[in-house]
Amino acid sequence: MSEPLLEVHDLAVAFHTDDGAVRALDGVSFVVPRGKTVGLVGESGSGKSVSALAIMGLLPRPPARLERGSIKLSGQELTTMSERALRGIRGRHIGMIFQEPMTSLNPVFTVGFQIIEALCAHRTLKRAEARERAIGLLERVGIPAPRERIDAYPHQLSGGMRQRVMIAIALAGEPELLIADEPTTALDVTIQAQILELLAGLQRDLGMSVLLITHDLGVVAEHVHDVVVMYAGKIVEHAETQALLADPLHPYTRGLLESVPSYVGNRGKARLSTIPGSVPELSKLPPGCRFLDRCGRAQADCSLEQPPLLPFAGERSAACIHVEAKAQLATAAADTSLAPGVSPRVDGGGGGSP
Amino acid sequence: MSALLEVNNLSKSFPVQTGLFGRDKRRVHAVSDVSFELAEGETLGLVGESGCGKSTLGRAVLRLIEPSAGSVRFAGQDVTAMGSRELRALRRHMQIVFQDPYSSLNPRMSVRETVGEALRIHKLATSRSDEDAQVAALLVQVGLRAEHMNRFPHEFSGGQRQRIGIARALAVRPRLIVCDEPVSALDVSVQAQIVNLLKDLSEQLGLSYLFIAHDLSVVEFMSQRVAVMYLGRIVELAPASALYARPRHPYTRALLSAVPELVPGARKKRLKLVGDIPSPLDPPTGCAFHPRCPDAQLGRCDRERPELRVVDDAHQAACHFA
Repeated sequence: MSEPLLEVHDLAVAFHTDDGAVRALDGVSFVVPRGKTVGLVGESGSGKSVSALAIMGLLPRPPARLERGSIKLSGQELTTMSERALRGIRGRHIGMIFQEPMTSLNPVFTVGFQIIEALCAHRTLKRAEARERAIGLLERVGIPAPRERIDAYPHQLSGGMRQRVMIAIALAGEPELLIADEPTTALDVTIQAQILELLAGLQRDLGMSVLLITHDLGVVAEHVHDVVVMYAGKIVEHAETQALLADPLHPYTRGLLESVPSYVGNRGKARLSTIPGSVPELSKLPPGCRFLDRCGRAQADCSLEQPPLLPFAGERSAACIHVEAKAQLATAAADTSLAPGVSPRVDGGGGGSP
Repeated sequence: MSALLEVNNLSKSFPVQTGLFGRDKRRVHAVSDVSFELAEGETLGLVGESGCGKSTLGRAVLRLIEPSAGSVRFAGQDVTAMGSRELRALRRHMQIVFQDPYSSLNPRMSVRETVGEALRIHKLATSRSDEDAQVAALLVQVGLRAEHMNRFPHEFSGGQRQRIGIARALAVRPRLIVCDEPVSALDVSVQAQIVNLLKDLSEQLGLSYLFIAHDLSVVEFMSQRVAVMYLGRIVELAPASALYARPRHPYTRALLSAVPELVPGARKKRLKLVGDIPSPLDPPTGCAFHPRCPDAQLGRCDRERPELRVVDDAHQAACHFA
């Protein structure tokens, strides 16, 4: 494993609401290695976006409060940093793109103006030089005719093009880490494929690290090295992507995969497997494991305490106390099927069920 | 199987005003010349990217928006020629489920009122207690509980609200339901529940669905046949198995290859499309897809518009080279 760029350790964030404090993140730890893409996957209320905002130091405080934990970028602690110092980090060391390129661009300025603004935030540049660099960035993110498009206003561009402009702005500071929060959720599939390819290409060519936040497991399947699965403010599973897809350990991850029609085991099925119920409200969490109420494998001891993130073979972990026996079997099987040079493709019909 | 719904050359265009003070009046062709049939008990999937006209088509079929041209026949009756009174009666048989379960339910109406309203309008309940009994039965049918009827929409999760929307559509015992992106606003773990529910209901009640969605894998799962739309026209229409196994139109091929697959180790060979969907205000000449098509031949594709034609068995495609 390469050296870590971003280390998040035991992060806990609470929001103060009329009904009292609600803990949106509870003991979240993960690492983004240099030059790798890590996917943060979860449904609504899982805490994935709150994690991103916490890393950027953009949590609205109040109502949010950092209860404990540390966030280190290249060894430098961000949680105790002054707002002034954080400004030097944001944009310059961590870039961010959001879901809705329509609302994150300013409609009254040209895209060129907005890219140049980002370029000049961290260094002094002559006007002509900044413009040339902005054109270069537009070209880098695959916008055709960048010399003309630089003077376009956001409304003159399509959704995919706007997201490319957002990426260009994020790249302006040459950050080591790019946080992409649902970057393709508002886009059509063909455009989504283009943007994901672009992000993967940039990550490869510039040696950037990317933290890709999404609710869609399909988005992480191809370009992401490691996946962190979150549920109701906690990490439930962390694994290398292919291992996670081939053999999800946590019942939630497995349920999530099996409820997607395109998952390999679902070909030709008359019905999808489902996870019963819905995501719990953070103010009404069950005692013990937060997935308890929806879990088909829940046992009496699941309600006793919150399961810690337990390590498993193959540098992966899962927060379930009933996964052990099966995991050992599964890792033995995975070792043979994922041997180098052997195609790990599993053909339909054999979708592993417990 | 006889056709429950026959759509012939249906078009819908909207006037738009552009230019200074809207002096430049033009029309945007949201749906152009669309024809298809839907059999009793069949689910026809309708896929396409944003702006392709799939939602407009769904609404024009129900006359929730007035079609500009063409005809819709439902069980032999011409829907497009009906007066408002007849149309009202017909709505008993044709219902719709909307995408957003947050905005499609009236927040001030209890579940009893929301679901029972249709029963009252169509006089399907003999008494107040009969109405309550029917609402209770409907709620159970969609996986809720009878005692939920006294609650209001804000007390439910997204998935439960979508169930209420489905119960409302089912209340009048329709034969056709237009499902307009019924699961796309829901969490992944809840989507599967609703997809299963819709599928079970169609099997139990012999319902027909026009199932509109942008998620190709959900459409494949739900539908017997699938129509693919691009810039207001159907470019391919085929049995689901044939369309997904052997797509004939280059746009369908690109669309399918763009879907990330959840198969460990698989990395698809992408058929990459250049550029974006052109503006429907000013669609390209000839085949509307030709500027983005990897197989386009200039001289033909930019001049002649390919008609939707049978390429084999029940497989139709609108491409010169299919």
